[in-house]
Amino acid sequence: MNMYDTERTEAALDVKNLKISATGVNVHYGQNHALKDVSVQIQDNTVTAFIGPSGCGKSTFLRCLNRMNDTIDICRVDGEILLDGRDIYDKGVDPVQLRARVGMVFQKPNPFPKSIYENVAYGPKIHGLTRSKSEMDQVVERSLRKAALWNEVKDRLQEPGTALSGGQQQRLCIARAIATSPEVLLMDEPCSALDPIATAQVEELIDELRSSFSVVIVTHSMQQAARVSQKTAFFHLGSLVEYGDTSTIFTNPTDPRTESYITGRIG
Amino acid sequence: MTLFAFLLLFAGAIFAYTLNLRAAQSIRNGGGNLHSLTSFHGMYAFLLVLIPAFVFLLVWLSFQGTVINALVQRSLPADVTAGLESGPLQLIMAEIASIAGGRMFGTPDEWKLAAADRLVNLRVTSQWLMVAFLLAIIAGCIYVARKRVSATFRARQGAESIVHALMVFCSVVAVFVTIGIVASLVFETFRFFQMVPWYEFVFGTVWEPQIPIREDQIAAEGAFGLIPVFLGTLVITVIAMIIAIPVGLGSAIFLNEFASPRFRSIVKPVLEVLAGVPTVVYGFFAVLTIAPALRVFGETWGLPIAPNTALAAGIVMGFMLVPFISSFADDALSAVPRSLRDGALALGATRGETMMNVLFPAAIPGIVGGVLLAVSRAIGETMIVVMAAGLIAKMTINPLDSVTTVTVQIVTLLIGDTSFDSPKTLSAFALGMVLFLVTLVINIFAIRIVRKYREIYD
Ligand SMILES: Nc1ncnc2c1ncn2[C@@H]1O[C@H](COP(=O)(O)OP(=O)(O)OP(=O)(O)O)[C@@H](O)[C@H]1O
Ligand SMILES: [Mg+2]
Repeated sequence: MNMYDTERTEAALDVKNLKISATGVNVHYGQNHALKDVSVQIQDNTVTAFIGPSGCGKSTFLRCLNRMNDTIDICRVDGEILLDGRDIYDKGVDPVQLRARVGMVFQKPNPFPKSIYENVAYGPKIHGLTRSKSEMDQVVERSLRKAALWNEVKDRLQEPGTALSGGQQQRLCIARAIATSPEVLLMDEPCSALDPIATAQVEELIDELRSSFSVVIVTHSMQQAARVSQKTAFFHLGSLVEYGDTSTIFTNPTDPRTESYITGRIG
Repeated sequence: MTLFAFLLLFAGAIFAYTLNLRAAQSIRNGGGNLHSLTSFHGMYAFLLVLIPAFVFLLVWLSFQGTVINALVQRSLPADVTAGLESGPLQLIMAEIASIAGGRMFGTPDEWKLAAADRLVNLRVTSQWLMVAFLLAIIAGCIYVARKRVSATFRARQGAESIVHALMVFCSVVAVFVTIGIVASLVFETFRFFQMVPWYEFVFGTVWEPQIPIREDQIAAEGAFGLIPVFLGTLVITVIAMIIAIPVGLGSAIFLNEFASPRFRSIVKPVLEVLAGVPTVVYGFFAVLTIAPALRVFGETWGLPIAPNTALAAGIVMGFMLVPFISSFADDALSAVPRSLRDGALALGATRGETMMNVLFPAAIPGIVGGVLLAVSRAIGETMIVVMAAGLIAKMTINPLDSVTTVTVQIVTLLIGDTSFDSPKTLSAFALGMVLFLVTLVINIFAIRIVRKYREIYD
């Protein structure tokens, strides 16, 4: 057992803990006001789903949470986002360190043009999380198992990650993201390139990951949001319209816009 | 007269155009239902006249000189030409031609004057014949085109297929020119190898292409060993790449990932200017700036430095290749999908780590392709080395020594009075052949690598 696991167990005991707290977040892309005064509280060991029509700012908000928006020149973020009570946009915070704690899986699978093993080992390697080759092997195997990919690739770990099928690549990217043992995992439409079987596997995985991480998932599938998440946030035209327990949002939404989106009238 | 022929040609084509246009219009006005627009009928006639007549003119103009010369030469008195080789015969023909042009030196022989007369006459006849044939061809084509005009004639497709054939011809021309160049190279090289055995050329370690001009002259027999010359090319190429690869890659990486947009917008155009500098100017730079600087440097450290060093030429050639490699590497890096970069950054990699571990490896095939193309440019580069490298071939890899290169030797072998049947001159073709083969192999490799890499991300 290494030290992350003990940390995890402690964190797991502390259920319903507040993980991320965003208040009054505004994002501008140049003149485009993409996100308007969004405030959300994201809890630990919970799957939170972001839904909403295309272009409403779901991805933008997700990228605020690990400061990936910093890499876009014209993007400006205002407001306060606290991770475990600390402002992540504070001057003293190193975005590189932050991204090691807040992992991300993208809509399109983006494995590096390296071997499967190296893809998964890359994060732990640059952060110096392992001390020996055997420890690294363990981390790689554990991550691939969690991502439901181990059985398919265990005999060909040295083959390039780009040679896998689209669905396998996406699970490889998930394995790569969880190998660094993040505290929060952000997933931007992780299933949009997957077939129903792989989607079911990933959904199962997300449910499992909940025990160790706080998961935030963007999805266009209402069914998926209803299946995997405990909390749901509905975005519309850059604003957060409604946020609450998934069961409430889907059965008893308070805002008429939420209702019409869920029933398929806008979006 | 030639100008007149070309005017005639265009006039004929335009006449054919209007003729067919009118004919088609009158069919339409008479209630006929034309398949093609009237302008297509005109276009069809235009092309049908223009192309055959144009081809005829080109053929005539390119062959009339040879034919006339042959005729004149055959009519020379047999006692003068008997036993003459092609060289003196050519001199005689040149003299006749200049007499025909009105330039006489001294009092030429009777028979030369007569031949000059014949030459002038033949030329005039040829011109008239050309115009006559041209007229006949134009008239024939106009007739054929005009007869085709009818309501059902598909002039639209007809004109299109003529243009189509024309384009096929253009691409075939490019291929044939290539084949022709290679063939002439191969042919002359073959002649060279009949005089100097190929193994002496390929494995020889002495390069002294001087051949005694007079029988009794004391001079080297002439040695044609490729190795010292090629070694010079290699030394300079290696020096150039030692400079160009790090500087080029470094600037590409910096510009691509780390530079602010403002800095990039200034430096990129500067690099492009550097790429546009003529190689002669680089040559000046090597001779006037780098070489003296090296000499001063050498004197202060007590190093023996030759006036024309491989180092000076190599350094300047390296700088010439910097923008080349830099822009290739920049393109290769930009072609790496943004998602890979985001993936690495999202794992908590710094920008430097992202560049070194992800972007650069992903771009390596493209970069290697660019570097190989740069190598083949360095090997074939002529002007800088002609100005800055030496002339004497030495078996050395000392960059402070004077070396010569394949291209320099080709230039010096072909400069001045040359006759194309001595091994000295022909050896230039063998050297050219070596250059051609080496760069061909490198380019094939480079293009393959670049292609393979494109397949991954497109
Ligand atoms: N890199 C960018 N540069 C400029 N504008 C951007 C950029 N990314 C997003 N935007 C703008 O921000 C707004 C929100 O985009 P965002 O990608 O967050 O939408 P989304 O909700 O994720 O949509 P989708 O469901 O289609 O992924 C859009 O108007 C978009 O044009
Ligand atoms: Mg999105």
